[in-house]
Amino acid sequence: MTSPEVNDAAVVLKLEDVVKTFPGVRALDGVQLEVRAGEVHCLLGQNGAGKSTLIKVLSGVHRPDEGRIEWLGGEFKPANPQSAMKAGIATIYQELDLVDDLSVAENAFLGHEPRRFGFVRRGYMSRHTRKILTRLGHGEIPPGRMVRSLPAAGKQVVSMARALSHDAKLIIMDEPSAVLAHDEVGNLFRIIRDLTSNGIAVIYISHRLEEIREIGDRVTVLKDGRTTAANLPARTTPTRDLVSRMTGRTIEYVFPEQSTQDRGEELLRVDGLGRTGEFADISLTVHSGEIVGIAGLVGSGRSELLETIFGARRPESGTVTVAGKALRPGSVGAAVRAGLGMAPEERKSQALLLGEPIYRNVTLATFTGYARGGFTNAGKEIAEASRIADALELRPRDVRKPVRTLSGGNQQKVVVGRWLLGDTKLLLLDEPTRGVDVGARAELYQVIRDLAARGVGVLLVSSEVPEVLGLADRVLVMREGRVVREAPAGELDEDTVLDLVMAGSLQAEEVTL
Amino acid sequence: MTTTQTAAPPANEKPAETRSWWRDDASEPLRRNLALFAVLILLIIIGIATRPDLYSDSTWVRNNIFTILELASVIGVVTVGMTFVIIGGGIDLSVGAIVALAGVWSTTLATQSYGAGGMIFCALAVGIGVGVVNGILIAYGRLVAFIATLAILVAARGLAAQISGKQTQVSTNTFINDIAANDLLGIPLLVYILAAVVAAGWVLLNRTTFGRRTVAVGGNVEAARLAGINVKRHTLLLYALSGLCCGIAAIMLTSQATSAQAAMANLYELDAIAAAIIGGTLLSGGRGTIIGSLLGVIVFATITNLFAINNLSTEVQNMVKGGIIVAAVLVQQFRYKSLSQLFNRA
Repeated sequence: MTSPEVNDAAVVLKLEDVVKTFPGVRALDGVQLEVRAGEVHCLLGQNGAGKSTLIKVLSGVHRPDEGRIEWLGGEFKPANPQSAMKAGIATIYQELDLVDDLSVAENAFLGHEPRRFGFVRRGYMSRHTRKILTRLGHGEIPPGRMVRSLPAAGKQVVSMARALSHDAKLIIMDEPSAVLAHDEVGNLFRIIRDLTSNGIAVIYISHRLEEIREIGDRVTVLKDGRTTAANLPARTTPTRDLVSRMTGRTIEYVFPEQSTQDRGEELLRVDGLGRTGEFADISLTVHSGEIVGIAGLVGSGRSELLETIFGARRPESGTVTVAGKALRPGSVGAAVRAGLGMAPEERKSQALLLGEPIYRNVTLATFTGYARGGFTNAGKEIAEASRIADALELRPRDVRKPVRTLSGGNQQKVVVGRWLLGDTKLLLLDEPTRGVDVGARAELYQVIRDLAARGVGVLLVSSEVPEVLGLADRVLVMREGRVVREAPAGELDEDTVLDLVMAGSLQAEEVTL
Repeated sequence: MTTTQTAAPPANEKPAETRSWWRDDASEPLRRNLALFAVLILLIIIGIATRPDLYSDSTWVRNNIFTILELASVIGVVTVGMTFVIIGGGIDLSVGAIVALAGVWSTTLATQSYGAGGMIFCALAVGIGVGVVNGILIAYGRLVAFIATLAILVAARGLAAQISGKQTQVSTNTFINDIAANDLLGIPLLVYILAAVVAAGWVLLNRTTFGRRTVAVGGNVEAARLAGINVKRHTLLLYALSGLCCGIAAIMLTSQATSAQAAMANLYELDAIAAAIIGGTLLSGGRGTIIGSLLGVIVFATITNLFAINNLSTEVQNMVKGGIIVAAVLVQQFRYKSLSQLFNRA
């Protein structure tokens, strides 16, 4: 919405040379940012570029070491997140910070409940919450409902209601679309447009360029904690320019060339696998050297399917056969011994020991193999992990650094690298590029292709259709727990797959919301 | 690992190489332990200030050091087991009760008739046995560790009272009774046992696959499970290990008192947890050190000793201990933060 009003509107937020250092890292190294009232200002940058730190500085979590922040004409130095909220800056984090066991209204007014004589005015709170929800186009969410029972999209609406309950003049949204299904994004944009038309400014962070083009007014690009470009027009700046300012090099969103080799023998056979309420009657095969992609939305049962094949969930019906031998159901140990490896959907909560060094995370599935008589062999582990770090171009290379200090893309490399150490025959990848920046993405694609070229079978789940189509040899489309289509990747295009993936999801949405 | 080949290293990696050891993540446990050493030195200075007469006698000082270590020995052994359980993401409230049950069971007339070997075997077997029950309830019965071990605490004390008929059972075995009474090279035998258990615990935690699994299970149970680690079996082993430590402690305590009774080792669970926590073990699991726990135990023993040499009552002593726990945790929370902030400004 690049409208003349926006260009003339008052600057509400202005950052000059903001610097923030942590022990060993200069997370922000001179950030400039200018946000006007009523605009959607997009923040673009790779993982580790400093976006998260910048948000935390604006929301009062961190205090900057140097530089100046101006907010509504005055200097802005929030002592804590509460005072930033009071000043009118609200933040909607990627991991929604709601209390699951409180109601919608209690969450919306958390920390600033309307009170009279020390008692919470529940009726007033409830009425006011309903008013805000209606304004957000979600009057159907009952203020008394427990937040736990809401789907992700509903929770996001509650987060926004909280921001509005503070009378926020600037709302920072950290990858708000990451938790949403495709058709829910449209609703999010409708809400954002409504907010900006009332003069509220939005800082919008996303990895998806098409979203920035659709909703954004201006773009500021960060790289290595510095502003590399400010106030570019969101709709007309060529993609090549944006990408090159993020990475310092020009790269395309390319997939490595498809290998032409014949596929090997059958590695994985799944027959009639099912779990009530998750997926039913799934049959598929993966051959040596083949990449099989599963396209489907969150909730289509794809992650559950992968976890069941891997033994992390026990199937209620059906069998899993690896290289001709039936796999013991419900045993991850048996799956790993049979040569399966998995990179789960949630890196931090399902795959990593964040406080432990990189090498111990890389060797988490193999350290027993290097041990002698029960004693670990740290030297060997570090050597093997360094080899993987070199092969995957991990940054930093020093594998004794804790995993916590890595960016999302590098953490994902650690998780994938874990399975490159053992003799993994079949790799299950669940959303391998979620939250991974463009540069690291291309590297991960190459890694996956190289694995297949070496004869490893890959079963890949992704909600990004181009990724599945670009990477996989064969594609299965899942919807509501069933495979609705199976075809070689060459025979499908993005529109067809999207159609298949989304059909019927509209009705499902009405039931859940 | 520094390659000169890589073109233009990013600016934000530079300070990483020049940062000092106290800002380094890996040295964090060392910093913690240094703080505990500082507390220890402070306690000794208080001791010197309050009883200069005693501290001027070098023989007394030497003997007093061993008194403190002996005081720390039994609870120290229990704390090693507790440290493993907590790092592994659990908690064991039943340790005191297991010590009592193992002590009582190994001093029944029937067990004593098998001699010292029979008594030691009995104490260790009872300890491991109850630990395995804890482990089964928690790992396979999916009970919350707090609840399961609380239930076992109550039940084990009850069983100990039942076996002993609420009587104090005197140990007539001279081998057992001599353990606590004897020295080797002027150092009490109990101190050797503590040293052996601590050394074994350190090796187990830092150098073996068992230790690695413990950190993995406690640090992120889902990641451990999805990496193929048998989380249930490991959890069971952790509680069995804690039980084993309790069995060893039972023999030491029985030897000290030359008797056992159902009320012995009262509230040891709290002392052991407190020592582990002030030693830097994270209550939510995934992080902790054996040396830290040992220092925690020694700090508590030194406080007890400080009160004893000043003829002060145990009531005041307990209040001070409570204060120390709070202070230690507060200091650990704030020290790192404020230090790094301070140096960032400079």
